[in-house]
Amino acid sequence: MLRKKDLIGLKDTSPEEIEEILDTADEMRKIVDSKRKDSELLRGKTLISLFYENSTRTRTSFALAAEYLGANEINMGVATSSVQKGETLKDTGLTLNAMNIDFIAIRHQMAGAPALLAKNVSASVINGGDGMNEHPTQALLDFLTLRRHFGTLSGLKVAILGDIKHSRVAKSNLYGLRKFGSEVSMYCPGTLMPMEIEKMGAKVAKSREEALDGADAVMGLRIQLERQSGGLFPSLSEYSSFYGMKDVLLKYAKPGAIILHPGPVNRGVELTPSLIDGDESFILEQVTNGVAVRMALLKLLDEFRQSR
Amino acid sequence: MDLLIKNAAVFDGDGFTEEDIYIESGDVKKIGPSLKAEKGCRVLDAKGMIALPGLIDMHVHLREPGFEGKEDIESGSEAAVAGGFTQVCCMPNTDPVCDSAVGVSYIKYRQAEVGLCRINPIGAITKGQKGEALADIGKMAKAGAVAISDDGKSVMNSKMMRLAMEYASGFGLKCLCHCEDANLSDGGVVNEGYNSTLSGLKGQLRAVEDIMIAREIALSESLGIPTHICHVTTYSGVELIREAKRRGVPVTAETCPHYFTLTDDVTLDYNTNTKVNPPLREEKDRLAVIEGLKDGTIDCIVTDHAPHSVKDKEVEYDVAAFGFSGLETSFALSYTYLVKTGVITFKKLVELMSSNPAKILGLKGGSITCGNPGDITLVNVDERYTVDSSKFRSKGKNTPFDGWEVWGKIKATIVDGDIKYMDEGIES
Repeated sequence: MLRKKDLIGLKDTSPEEIEEILDTADEMRKIVDSKRKDSELLRGKTLISLFYENSTRTRTSFALAAEYLGANEINMGVATSSVQKGETLKDTGLTLNAMNIDFIAIRHQMAGAPALLAKNVSASVINGGDGMNEHPTQALLDFLTLRRHFGTLSGLKVAILGDIKHSRVAKSNLYGLRKFGSEVSMYCPGTLMPMEIEKMGAKVAKSREEALDGADAVMGLRIQLERQSGGLFPSLSEYSSFYGMKDVLLKYAKPGAIILHPGPVNRGVELTPSLIDGDESFILEQVTNGVAVRMALLKLLDEFRQSR
Repeated sequence: MDLLIKNAAVFDGDGFTEEDIYIESGDVKKIGPSLKAEKGCRVLDAKGMIALPGLIDMHVHLREPGFEGKEDIESGSEAAVAGGFTQVCCMPNTDPVCDSAVGVSYIKYRQAEVGLCRINPIGAITKGQKGEALADIGKMAKAGAVAISDDGKSVMNSKMMRLAMEYASGFGLKCLCHCEDANLSDGGVVNEGYNSTLSGLKGQLRAVEDIMIAREIALSESLGIPTHICHVTTYSGVELIREAKRRGVPVTAETCPHYFTLTDDVTLDYNTNTKVNPPLREEKDRLAVIEGLKDGTIDCIVTDHAPHSVKDKEVEYDVAAFGFSGLETSFALSYTYLVKTGVITFKKLVELMSSNPAKILGLKGGSITCGNPGDITLVNVDERYTVDSSKFRSKGKNTPFDGWEVWGKIKATIVDGDIKYMDEGIES
């Protein structure tokens, strides 16, 4: 059983805990797919969304996860809160905690911020992405998608293409997939590759073809426009020519390989539109699974807090 | 009042002899066995203690004026003498920046008012430390500045740095060079390597430091003007300095206790008391720094004492302040991890913490000899204790060493024959 108050990252989450989250998410997926989503499981509980960075899908997904289980979700618009007046994260946490809330979903541009918050509150903190560190719920929804399709998380090969250096998604995927003995290969411009990521168990490929070789799944990562203005690559068209995922490259992957992307997608940059909309694409399935995974986490973290 | 120190193991540059030291009117008058206390003379029994030439820290931040919430000259001086330092040199990154004779004079005035350790002001290289125009270097020298530095950043414009070195040398002042290529460091908060990939914290390559070390060496070599490299942390930087010294370039260098005791492994839990600039590096860097201390590539140990208030550190790692409160742990860490481990001799430690800094900056002190100021640090190297930041005299409790067991307790600190600090249980 998940034995922790918070979910900060997959670095410190065991394979057994991940399996349990995914098993629970499979159950939750039934609620998501049902006509009436009237579970009473978390009736009277409250989730606060504390998003210091823009997010549409992750925040909405957390909100729906809470709603579908009968809990309340309140978005603490950071732009309209006292954070704008210079309140520290610690004080924000202490304040929210004093209101007896149950969960905080936090997204923050700085690595380590969710861990700092978690230390200062008794509510369960779920990391919705922190700087270049981790985005565990995204990786978990990727895992749910992979497991539901392939029936296992072991022995798979996942190719990741995109801005890996600035991607918490790539890191959480790497932490988790390696725990199940799956292979992760990566390819991107040198300016977007973090130092010594091989030591984390990634295979750094020298070409798209090599990265895709025998892959069960190909994951594109969003390229943020500010990376171009920061000089990390010359132009989007150059990026897409040399580093983007194209239909013709699919032949290097395993037959039946699927396409994943955490969104939002830049059509024609990371992935061609035909791949996004094609039969191989599981991008929308990922979104649905995201709600189920977050429901599972709310349920399991609540159970742990109740058990103490 | 005169002072007679009885039964101290006096370090004479090579070994120890149990002797008495008589200090008259602030200066060492006699050293020898069984000296008699003259009338009205204070007597301090130093049985079981070693008498060292007063320790000198040539790189501290005392924060006054402008940042008195972090430290002021009084609390910083108390921390210094508690750490065994009879002299410190304070960096100019205050508010306002110490870039004028007025700034230097203010520190000298406050030193006299507080009256604990000697405080030697370091003036800014450029006005406001902006890197654009030379500060009033001559006037600051006349007011008592012992060196110039834009510590906290490099003077990025190499021509400006050249002019500063040439101009300052006319007043006998050295530039103390913080080595950081600001374009390359680009907001990095830890060393860039495997651990920064793991933590997701933004990294600084070794090259950030090495490029500027290489530049300072090149300027020093081309101009024939001595230079001094601040807080060396990289294995490659140590090698650049070693090579330069071999060629005869007049370069000296310093490092800090945290660079030979810690690696960036400690940054992985986002504890902001591990955030320092330059950042903690990897094991091979730590070992190279130790090797540099051992073979003389690195000339001295400084603290880079950087006190901060709790609120400066109790925030996200990216926005937390850089630096450690170091004055009260420096000697014990250096003794424990360099001498006690057999890496360097006691003689070498005294050079690193007293005589070399005195030589580099042309300060009084650095040895216990008749006719010199009575600046003496008494230590008990056989006393083990636990670092407890809540007991620091410094306002800055920001240390990564809290709870560490160390050897080498400062028992008393004497400046000009005046006892400025005594450990509990010492009587005179």
